[in-house]
Amino acid sequence: MEGKTKEKEELVPIFIMGKRYEVPASFTIQKAMEYAGYQLIRGCGCRGGICGACGTVYRFPGSYKIEVGLACQTVVQPNMYLTQIPFFPATKSVYDMEKIKPSIETLVKNYPELLRCLQCNTCTKSCPMDIEVMDYIAAGMRGDIARLAELSFDCVMCGLCTSRCPAEICQYNIAILGRRLYGKYIAPRAEHLASMVGEIESGKFDSMLKELMKADEETLKTLYTAREMEPEQADEDWTPKDKTYL
Amino acid sequence: MPYTAELKQLIKRVEATRPERFERKKRGEEFPLLSLKERQERLEKFHPDYKAGARTEIRVGPSKGYAIQPEMVNLLEARSRIDPDKIDLSKVDFDTDVLILGGGGAGTAAALMAQECGVRVMIATKLRHGDANTMMAEGGIQAATKETKDSPYYHYLDVLGGGHFKNDPELVHTLVTGAPKVIAWLESLGCMFTKNEDGRLRTLHGGGTCRKRMHYAADITGAEIMRTLRDEARNRPDIKVLEFMPAVELILNEHGHCGGAVLYNLETEEYFIAKAKAVILATGGSGRLHYQGFMTTNHYGATGDGVVLGYRAGLPVCFLHTYQYHPTGIVFPEQSEGILITEKFRGAGANVLNIEGEQFVNEREPRDVESACFIRECVETGKGVPTGSGKVGIWLDSPLIEMLMGKGAVKREFPGKYILLKRFGIDISKEPMLVYPTVHYQNGGLEYNSRCETAIPGLYSSGEVSGGVHGENRLMGNSLLDVCVFGKIAGMSAADYVKEKARDGKLSLDHVRRYHKELEEAGIVTDRVAPMLLPDYSNPKVRERQLTAH
Repeated sequence: MEGKTKEKEELVPIFIMGKRYEVPASFTIQKAMEYAGYQLIRGCGCRGGICGACGTVYRFPGSYKIEVGLACQTVVQPNMYLTQIPFFPATKSVYDMEKIKPSIETLVKNYPELLRCLQCNTCTKSCPMDIEVMDYIAAGMRGDIARLAELSFDCVMCGLCTSRCPAEICQYNIAILGRRLYGKYIAPRAEHLASMVGEIESGKFDSMLKELMKADEETLKTLYTAREMEPEQADEDWTPKDKTYL
Repeated sequence: MPYTAELKQLIKRVEATRPERFERKKRGEEFPLLSLKERQERLEKFHPDYKAGARTEIRVGPSKGYAIQPEMVNLLEARSRIDPDKIDLSKVDFDTDVLILGGGGAGTAAALMAQECGVRVMIATKLRHGDANTMMAEGGIQAATKETKDSPYYHYLDVLGGGHFKNDPELVHTLVTGAPKVIAWLESLGCMFTKNEDGRLRTLHGGGTCRKRMHYAADITGAEIMRTLRDEARNRPDIKVLEFMPAVELILNEHGHCGGAVLYNLETEEYFIAKAKAVILATGGSGRLHYQGFMTTNHYGATGDGVVLGYRAGLPVCFLHTYQYHPTGIVFPEQSEGILITEKFRGAGANVLNIEGEQFVNEREPRDVESACFIRECVETGKGVPTGSGKVGIWLDSPLIEMLMGKGAVKREFPGKYILLKRFGIDISKEPMLVYPTVHYQNGGLEYNSRCETAIPGLYSSGEVSGGVHGENRLMGNSLLDVCVFGKIAGMSAADYVKEKARDGKLSLDHVRRYHKELEEAGIVTDRVAPMLLPDYSNPKVRERQLTAH
């Protein structure tokens, strides 16, 4: 379970906000902070590298370089000086998805600072998810929303890029605007959704579902066991033999 | 930490059997599925729920006598965090129409719908908005959207088979008929589902499905849905959000209706009174209770708070006697232990293998059965793979996906997991993953109906905190579906109630006093308090030195 350590595990010194603690060498920064005695409230979320709550910056003595990582995913290293940045003030534009268009004008109107990008690449170097942040911002500046959406897809919105941007751009909020524009307006529509929703609303399945809802357990088991399985390697156009319940 | 030399040697056995397993897949030959009878045998013998001592009777409250996991019983047999006599209910700090407890998928979907109905909405959530198990769901969302091969009829049958035919039929009906509409709703909000060039949504199998109906957004489907819903909520400034403000108690009124909640600011340690005409419980599950000491895939805040609140206010619970153990949690490297490896890997064809590199179960049994078979292979057959730190695991053969779907498929389809393990020097397109069952999903919870109503007027429930729709075991892809379908319904039902039926009345915490009395009468003398709010992972040696009561 979390925080448990093996007997006689090797301890290494780390500096949490400048204060020295000795922690097990195999621990992530998150577990090391708990081992040191912190009850985390901020800076801890999914503990699995996807929620972006635990953005952390660190540095080693004598090095000019600022390193970044998610505290739940980064194993401690001896003598690291670290601090979490659990929150960073960011701009969030308010827009009505029904009324905006997938265009460069939409991006610039909502986030005019997009055009201030200096192409210094600090955002990319600050990304714990190894996303090409500057490249998606550049795509946004060109109005290439599909590329912006694709490049930013793995973004966990931790805000480390924003915390370090000299042009004061809030990259991750521009990214989600871009992805939503892409998902809603640029990606081809799934036409089959409307037809299935229509069929359900027309009541096509009502009587067969009612039958199932009334059925006793034995009948259900028989029907369940007899289900025709779509083969795992089947093509998209596979159809079942029995079409009674389609 | 990359695989050790010992594990690298063992991987050679997996590689040795791979070409033949690939050929069998190509021929459409699968490892035989278990019959319903065999499933039951495996469960009874090896699933953690069925172990002796795995269940204890609750001694107080509306479901007194019902035997469930002792970790949850401990929370139900605990005192409130507050003394009702010290709370002044006449001083109202927040006043709203619909108060939503929980800012995950269900709570946010509810907020959007309630706001659209024109009522005042407030979300109070324990951590940040969106910090929830929804964010962590990876594999996908089920819906019968392809009329040439699938329909709600088959989805219904699959859900029931997975749930051991114990599910509430009304709830399942609502789930499967609402599913395609929810996918269309998410698409219209701009969710980037994985699609073919013609727009047709790509779908895969999940454990226990007879048709490929798992829609997905790469391997971060939940995150994609959660961040989209959250962004949409942030575009509607009249949805108020209180972060780091968990509820610690529901407030009822003199008519016995729900009238709000007591909120707690985690940072300043103050309590606040939130008055509301209707309350929606959307607080999620309880994996962080670490049932039977198992690791968990769950979010930091998954401590079962809503079950405690609802139960204390008088709502019965159901299906809490089963908890879902996800078969594939990371067991190596240790730093990532418990982290979910989505079922989509198995849906895409990755075999599960023992130390010899042999198959011992089909990779697409329902989750409870698959987990039981993993435990059997490790515990009884003794063919688990030792990790080197005293644990055992099972191989999940991700490189087989590269052979089945083409080079680059693992990185393309599973970017999240690819990056995660790459950080530790493990390339999952070339090396298999080492996994073991992990506490994953609260199958049961508070009783509610298909309008998300509970036994208390004005109190609604939706998502993982509720029980009934998944029966005794949820199938993959039905939790994201659950939070969207029932989240939306809860928002609409609560808004209707606010407009038509809500009755104002004097606020009361008498139910807490009564509950305390009942504990005492049952002879339960304890200093345990609930809800837990946050799990305690601190160092016991540090705890010993923390002498001030807190």
